[in-house]
Amino acid sequence: MNASRAGWLFVAPALVVIAVFFLLPAMASLLLSLTDFDLYALSDSRRMRWVGLGNYIDLLQRPLFWQALGNTLYFVVVGVPVSIAVSLTAALLLNSTAARFTPFFRTALFAPVVTTVVAVAVIWRYLFHTRYGLINVVLDTVGIAPIDWLGDPNWAMPTIILFAVWKNFGYNMIILLAGLQAIPVDLFEAARIDGASRWQQLRYITLPSLLPTLMMVSILTLSGYFQLFAEPYVMTEGGPLQSTMSVLYLMFEDGFKWWNLGAASAVAFLLFLLMLSSTFALVRLGRRSQAL
Amino acid sequence: MIAAFLLMLSGCAPPPSDQIELKFWAMGREGEAVSLLLPEFERRHPEIRVQLQQLPWTAAHSKLLTAYASDALPDVFQLGNTWLPELAELDALAVLDGALLNSHSVQRADYFPGILDTNVIDGTLYGLPWYVDTRLLFYRRDLLSQAGYNSPPETWGEWMQMQAAIKAMVGNERYAVLLPVNEFEPLLALALQQEMPLLREHARYGNFRSAEFRRTLSFYVEMFTRDFAPKMTNTQISNVWTEFGRGYFSFYVSGPWNIAEFQKRLPLELQSAWMTAPLPGPNGPGASNAGGSSLVVSRKSVHPEAAWKLIEYLSEPTVQREFHGLVGAMPPRRSSWAQSALADDVYARAFREQLERAKPTPRIPEWERIATEMRLVAERAVHGDFSIEQAVVELDVRTDQILEKRRWLLDREAAEATTAQLHNRTQRP
Repeated sequence: MNASRAGWLFVAPALVVIAVFFLLPAMASLLLSLTDFDLYALSDSRRMRWVGLGNYIDLLQRPLFWQALGNTLYFVVVGVPVSIAVSLTAALLLNSTAARFTPFFRTALFAPVVTTVVAVAVIWRYLFHTRYGLINVVLDTVGIAPIDWLGDPNWAMPTIILFAVWKNFGYNMIILLAGLQAIPVDLFEAARIDGASRWQQLRYITLPSLLPTLMMVSILTLSGYFQLFAEPYVMTEGGPLQSTMSVLYLMFEDGFKWWNLGAASAVAFLLFLLMLSSTFALVRLGRRSQAL
Repeated sequence: MIAAFLLMLSGCAPPPSDQIELKFWAMGREGEAVSLLLPEFERRHPEIRVQLQQLPWTAAHSKLLTAYASDALPDVFQLGNTWLPELAELDALAVLDGALLNSHSVQRADYFPGILDTNVIDGTLYGLPWYVDTRLLFYRRDLLSQAGYNSPPETWGEWMQMQAAIKAMVGNERYAVLLPVNEFEPLLALALQQEMPLLREHARYGNFRSAEFRRTLSFYVEMFTRDFAPKMTNTQISNVWTEFGRGYFSFYVSGPWNIAEFQKRLPLELQSAWMTAPLPGPNGPGASNAGGSSLVVSRKSVHPEAAWKLIEYLSEPTVQREFHGLVGAMPPRRSSWAQSALADDVYARAFREQLERAKPTPRIPEWERIATEMRLVAERAVHGDFSIEQAVVELDVRTDQILEKRRWLLDREAAEATTAQLHNRTQRP
């Protein structure tokens, strides 16, 4: 048995699993997205029509799709940088030599990641309650009028972003912390001897050394945030005025609530293309900045 | 080891051949409660064993569809009556007209007509109502009389006047009525009060541009624009029972389950301060929706007679009263209401009256989606993004889009029928 055949044998189980549980269903749903498969077609395949790109064209003409896409992009464009900035700040603080009780804070900051989104959402709904919520009570003491966090279409998405950032930043924080700890201490020592300020150390040593980790964290966060679903599902049900409706939420409603599996598959593929292209763009950007 | 294997075999061996295994699925709390009613059925019918499976409501719909697709539907199951058209369309349900006609213990005329109608699709009966759920008014008697009214409203005009009086009394911080904007049922109940159907031409097109629906929507939106109703979802309210007790709103359009909730959650001194009333209509007491659940038999069931026996048993007035005692579900038969604790319950009285006027929604699989669109469009009108005119046009456009597949199917069926006729004619010598 030659080496390459042995290699194939070793990866074969993994390949079979990927083929059966990923490639085949993905192909099937691509085919499904070219039909109008729905409840009617479930009982009789003669009631299914081949619509070609019809689902995609309909989707691009649907105002709700554009609204959902806008909401998702809003969430990604604001949420991802904020989330990474918060994770990085927390990681830097934890890594700082001045930090005390690091294990306690590390656990405390990581805790939201391991809590259940549904249970936490109940508490957040109370925190953001217009009349009884703690947030508005605190704002009231500094003279800010109560904000209808989850009921005002302009405030609902920022609230969801805040919730998602709080819920998720701990995960990236741990990864970034590991990255920070891997930076050799003598680099900082040398910089200090050369008279570099704290800011210069951060700008010219910490961030460049952390770049590969930051890159990975960005890609993971980006693809995760594009799949916004659980937060609006438990907090706002996509409302008010569908201002927290995301693309994935739209797919869920089309597919699993109304059983229009053809149309839902089309949504899924468009989302997939969107995520794929933005991840590629990010990877290219990362490569270029590393080449510099 | 062989012994263990044999033991295992005997463990999953079928029951004695003379005994029938009847599979029965029920949802949520109903599923828990009905398990207490089954021993009596099995005592009366020793030849039948009922295998009850409880499904959570949230998973029930997809579970039923997957079971249908994999040919694994149980013999008897509970079905929310808005889902019935869907399963009937899939040809998953047995026709019950004959069984009901020959039955000694259940009579068609004993059922509230609106609720029985939800089980009739194109003249065929597919299910028997198990319990009814309709929406009507819960109101604060004390606040209403403080505002100068001693009886609840009967017409929309009276209702609007009372809301204005209450709003003037409670001020900016509180409201007159709660119509959660994430529920379609309150608007739907008001829309059903009109004579005009909500869909036209055999449910091929939306009929929301009718003058009557415009009037309903204007009435609904007016309650928000005059600030009688808060533009809130019920998740934003957090706790409707406490807020009702605090007088945050004086009218609430809700269903029978809230009788028990208000009795349990309101403080003792407020127990005499609230009451239920039939829903006011455009010109006098109006209709409301006929929701609830039915019991149906799978078309593929191999024990349809035994399945029907179980349905008959669960429909007996004494059993229905017991079921009401367990979960507070309103029985769909008039005889189950007579001479019982229910007849004396002051809070249930309005429901008894309302049920005579309950009306089914259009019986097509797409209805729930259309109702959801109706809610979304109404929410926009409430927020001032749409005028009434824009809202009804938009709603018709969305509805017609949803019904496109249905029109195609109906047209194709009609075309096939005519070609078949032509074919027959040419065949004739």
